[in-house]
Amino acid sequence: MSQVSHALPTRPSVSLAPTQAVTLRINGQDHLLQIAPWTTLLDALREYLDLTGTKKGCDHGQCGACTVLINGKRINSCLSLAVMQQGEEITTIEGLGTEEQLHPLQQAFIDHDAFQCGYCTPGQICSAVGLISEGRARTEDEVRELMSGNLCRCGAYTNILNAVMEVVRNELKTGS
Amino acid sequence: MNSFTYFPAAAVDLAVREKVAHSNAAYIGGGTNLVDLMKENVARPTHLIGLKHLPLAAIENTTDGGLRLGALATNADTAWHPEVERRYPLLSQAILAGASPQLRNMATDGGNLMQRTRCYYFYDLATPCNKREPGTGCSAIGGYNRIHAILGASEQCIATHPSDMCVALAALATTVRVSGPNGERTIRFEDFHRLPGDQPERDNTLADGELITSLDLPPKGFATNYSYLKLRDRTSYAFALVSVAAALELDGNTITDARLALGGVAHKPWRDTAAEALLIGQPATADTFRRAAAKVVAGAQGHAHNAFKIELAKRAIVRAFKQATEMTPATDSNAFLNSNP
Ligand SMILES: Cc1cc2nc3c(=O)[nH]c(=O)nc-3n(C[C@H](O)[C@H](O)[C@H](O)COP(=O)(O)OP(=O)(O)OC[C@H]3O[C@@H](n4cnc5c(N)ncnc54)[C@H](O)[C@@H]3O)c2cc1C
Ligand code: SF4
Ligand code: FES
Ligand code: FES
Repeated sequence: MSQVSHALPTRPSVSLAPTQAVTLRINGQDHLLQIAPWTTLLDALREYLDLTGTKKGCDHGQCGACTVLINGKRINSCLSLAVMQQGEEITTIEGLGTEEQLHPLQQAFIDHDAFQCGYCTPGQICSAVGLISEGRARTEDEVRELMSGNLCRCGAYTNILNAVMEVVRNELKTGS
Repeated sequence: MNSFTYFPAAAVDLAVREKVAHSNAAYIGGGTNLVDLMKENVARPTHLIGLKHLPLAAIENTTDGGLRLGALATNADTAWHPEVERRYPLLSQAILAGASPQLRNMATDGGNLMQRTRCYYFYDLATPCNKREPGTGCSAIGGYNRIHAILGASEQCIATHPSDMCVALAALATTVRVSGPNGERTIRFEDFHRLPGDQPERDNTLADGELITSLDLPPKGFATNYSYLKLRDRTSYAFALVSVAAALELDGNTITDARLALGGVAHKPWRDTAAEALLIGQPATADTFRRAAAKVVAGAQGHAHNAFKIELAKRAIVRAFKQATEMTPATDSNAFLNSNP
């Protein structure tokens, strides 16, 4: 040891952030990613997979723009770490309907002109899909309360409510 | 966010062992509070222990006739569980008054107890805060303090505990079951959260490494006469300024048992057993409720922007008990908002 006392000074180690392999199942397809553990599900979707339908509004769970479905339940992808969603069925707006055959909620949003800039719309629609499968909202007041996790900066609430109510009513007629 | 590693725990003892082995580790449930605080650099754990694969998501009957809520059950699954809705509707109502459907789908029952204050200075690294950095001072005292405590605060900290669910759990006399390096123990709900005193950095009485495994509800659920009233700046998706969990057991018009806990007013969910005692044996009238309300706020202290909470709390207590008596529980105070067309 004493022979090398004039070795190079130690430098602070500059290394890339440690990443790990994560498999996410999104819209029925497996995707293998190499990401750092602090990558949120929202950033994984947008920055690594080009699934930019899901939007980033506040990044703090306060606006609902990032809403996606995990095993059919709506959540805020900005507060979820991607590493924690391995093995789950993730559905984003890209997984709802096709261009030829829109999801009933997508069609209702068009029919009711339920957006202006459209930024909140993917989150609104994913949230409404979750709302309908929960089966707890039948009246307008119930839909308002249970859609309150989705803000619309343009204030298109009236038409959003009408669009969601149309699908809720159809579900009540045909379902249960 | 700082750099960290992630360890998905497969069993309770492994999670505890992992926590004890790392000096700066944190458990993560739904992540709705912790990830937010990490993005703000208020929380900077270097190792996260994922709890989601622990077998603690069940809600099941206990042998004593109560109900056990697994620590990993989500807030949404708890609020809409048929046994919770039927036997503990006060708890369902309180959970559904909080956060948003998306957040309730992520948030776990254990994490809900552990969520930290929403004091704006606690979140703002540029300002002193004894809770975030002990010894630096409290920016809320003498600062803007509209959302702060009127009961049980200290010279060190006037923050409030923000949970709705915990207010109902306090009123229902829940037991918190925990697992730690020294085995299992139970904590009475009123002993779980603490007042700030001169250690505002400590929100609760959990020891190092301890993990909440379940919340055990006693058999008595006050399922007939109850109300969770939540007053806030907007009627949905906002934290409480003042909230009240009120529950009664009635024999005719005479109160035979009573529970009363408040949210938004103190460093912990504020159950007042002395006020409860004033109700028992009395007729269920506004006068009775007013006497109990006066007792609750007797020692209250307001600051520049939150003194309104003292009168608000009094009136909210009376209204919540009136709703409980009349079996018209309502989260919002506005009759118009509660009516369905
Ligand atoms: C925009 C917004 C609005 C909200 N509004 C409300 C509201 O109106 N009312 C309300 O009550 N709440 C509200 N919340 C808070 C929400 O209820 C909590 O964030 C949630 O309950 C925390 O649960 P979690 O599982 O996500 O916790 P996490 O974020 O995973 O963890 C929180 C803390 O608990 C610890 N922890 C988690 N599980 C355990 C365990 N089993 N044992 C020991 N420690 C554990 C973690 O280490 C961490 O320190 C809101 C949150 C947001 C983001
Ligand atoms: S009230 Fe408590 S949390 Fe808020 S600034 Fe003061 S010490 Fe910090
Ligand atoms: S971006 Fe997730 S809630 Fe706003
Ligand atoms: S349509 Fe613009 S934010 Fe909703």
